[in-house]
Amino acid sequence: MIGGLSIVFLMTALLTVAGTLAAALLRNLVHCALSLTVTFAGLALLYLQLDAQFAGFAQILVYIGAVAILVVFAILLTRGAGIPEYRSYGSNWFAGLAIAAAVFALLTWAVMKSFPATAAVASSPAATVQSIGAALMSTYVLPLEIVAILLTVALIGAVIVAMPEAKVSNSLTEKAGER
Amino acid sequence: MSFFSDLDQVFVLLQHWIAGLFPVWLQPVVATILGVIAIVAAFPGIFAVTTVLERKGLGRIQNRLGPNRVGPLGILQPVADGIKSLTKEDIVPLSADAVVHFLAPVVLVVAVFLGFAVLPIGRNMVLADLDGGLLFFFAIGASTELSIFMAGWSSRNKYSLLGAMRAVAQMISYEVPLLLSSVVVVMITGSLSTVKIVEAQGGFTGVLPHWYVFTPWGFAGFALFTVAALAETNRSPFDLPEGESELVAGYFTEYSGFKFALFFLGEYLGMFSIAGFAITLFLGGWGAPFSFLGFVPSWAWFFLKLLGAIAFFIWLRGTLPRLRQDQLMNFAWKFMLPMALLNLLVAGAWRFMGEGWLRWVIAIVILIGAYVLLGRTLMRKQKLGARSYRYAD
Amino acid sequence: MLGEGMLKGLAETAKNFAGSFVSKERMTTVEYPEERIAPIENTRDFPFLIYDGSDPMAGLRCVACQICEKECPPKCIYITKSADKKPDYVGKPQFYPTRFDIDISVCMSCQICVEVCPFEAIKMDAEFELSTTDRFGGLLLDRDQLSKSNEYYKTIHPTEAAEVDERLAEEKAKTEAKAKAAAVAAAAKAAAAAAALAPAREVPAKEPGA
Repeated sequence: MIGGLSIVFLMTALLTVAGTLAAALLRNLVHCALSLTVTFAGLALLYLQLDAQFAGFAQILVYIGAVAILVVFAILLTRGAGIPEYRSYGSNWFAGLAIAAAVFALLTWAVMKSFPATAAVASSPAATVQSIGAALMSTYVLPLEIVAILLTVALIGAVIVAMPEAKVSNSLTEKAGER
Repeated sequence: MSFFSDLDQVFVLLQHWIAGLFPVWLQPVVATILGVIAIVAAFPGIFAVTTVLERKGLGRIQNRLGPNRVGPLGILQPVADGIKSLTKEDIVPLSADAVVHFLAPVVLVVAVFLGFAVLPIGRNMVLADLDGGLLFFFAIGASTELSIFMAGWSSRNKYSLLGAMRAVAQMISYEVPLLLSSVVVVMITGSLSTVKIVEAQGGFTGVLPHWYVFTPWGFAGFALFTVAALAETNRSPFDLPEGESELVAGYFTEYSGFKFALFFLGEYLGMFSIAGFAITLFLGGWGAPFSFLGFVPSWAWFFLKLLGAIAFFIWLRGTLPRLRQDQLMNFAWKFMLPMALLNLLVAGAWRFMGEGWLRWVIAIVILIGAYVLLGRTLMRKQKLGARSYRYAD
Repeated sequence: MLGEGMLKGLAETAKNFAGSFVSKERMTTVEYPEERIAPIENTRDFPFLIYDGSDPMAGLRCVACQICEKECPPKCIYITKSADKKPDYVGKPQFYPTRFDIDISVCMSCQICVEVCPFEAIKMDAEFELSTTDRFGGLLLDRDQLSKSNEYYKTIHPTEAAEVDERLAEEKAKTEAKAKAAAVAAAAKAAAAAAALAPAREVPAKEPGA
């Protein structure tokens, strides 16, 4: 324990922050995406340390297994992910730094205010999969259904955007082929 | 019968004895490390045996002998292969991204080895009895796709990139039926823990076991899971991304020597872990098939079933031609996904209908009817038969 | 029904697998080098020199005419003609090669040297297990390595060898017949000369007067 925080937590936090910094500062886009994956992994480890098993594994499954792949596919199919020829730091970096510091201060204040006065005793995970499932199906069923509809809409939209539009020429080639 | 129960637990007893030689505060760490060593030693050993079995099995299916020069009947062939891959020159293309190129096989092998942690190999023989073991396994399996993408992209080779994109598309598409067909098991068991799933299949009615594969929804789930597992591990007939006649070697192209061997190892180990998972979910894990065979150790049953699964995969590889990319994707989204969802429905109905012959009849009728109807509908769109070419006549 | 073809295919391969243990004639593998397939008669690999009889030097058919050296497309034959002569199979004195080297790393088995040889001295061998660790010297075959007997030629190319032997025997018979006819003619001429000589001794006694 160093300064009240366990060594494992410090290592995980270091890994997460390093991944995030790399994701923001590296020049090669695919390297940035892969560093973001390291960040996701660090977050999952943090969830696991807090005994939130479901959240941790779901983080790996969803973020690393799907979102990271999505990000790299997006980079691949749009930019061609070479080394950029220009520097990616604009001239108004000071304003960006100020805004980031302000957001960080706000988040820290919110977190510190919500801390309970007594230290939490480590107990068996209260958020078992069963309780999460029961809560999803009873108290939180409306958000679940809305998220499901949102995902379906996104899926249909992606299919429509990617569908080939040549319906007319298809029938022409069919007729020619039958001859 | 104490001898047989001792034999059943021989590895656990060994682990406890060795851990007992260390001070108390070190014992959990030592016990875990011993488990890790056992996994890292056993499964690559099975990998070596599988490579020989595969080559000889495929050879015999194709009316020829497999390798038979190294050692009696060729069983030392993996040693020769290992020496060859270790001594080959490690070529990294000049324009390749060296760091990512190096890390890709490492990420694959690490992710695959992690998946073995929740596999119950015998009674009390699971490395980590996690509450959400199933979810852990699938989460780690999703990370292997990332390593394939890294391999394909870092090679700066258009064939590798194409192969990697095809492989990732295939793996993502087949993850959905894989997960859905395993959710059925979770529904009926009521737990995500692999240990509890195996224990739930441990009972016997008379002589026959309570394995999930012997129920209609379990059989359908097993079939769907196996097909999706074949596609996840890029195994024939879904091996388009690495087909040698298609894309040189796909995302493997720029890898030589030991890194290629690592990829190969990672792929086969992935096959073992997902086959082991299929055994855990549907085939009763380490349980005996008949009640009077209970004296055989549990880990022996698990490895026998694993061997059977591997033999079946090799048999499939020798039989089926490769599926084309669009055929692959159509199959996943248009056939397997509806079947998996219907399977969920059937399993739910099974659960709430109570014991009796009625639920068997309904489940079987729904599943077979859906299979035949879906099959007919999809086949109607295909224009099979003699092809006519536009300009050739 | 969907999946029917797959099951039929699986049954077929299972039959193959089981059958491979039971019946040996299913397997198409030839376990080289313990088993070998007999090569067909027209197999050809690299050239060799033929000698008749048992002595490689005395029976060597090659007369160092150097036609094959000139006709060889990649120029892999190196010949040095001798200074003296030795008798060939019909008894006529001929030159012989003191050095006859073929570089088989260059030879392309085109058989042109065989086709142009007027003396049936160089033919194509069927031996292919010639690998060696010496890349240059080991693949340069000299005259002693290249000389093989006619009996060996009969074993590898029986039809060809029979043909060649027939032709050579014919030639030999023709030469011998010619030699015999020449001998007979010479004997007749000698007898005629002797007969002409005898009356020639009496005639001059009568002729000068008349």
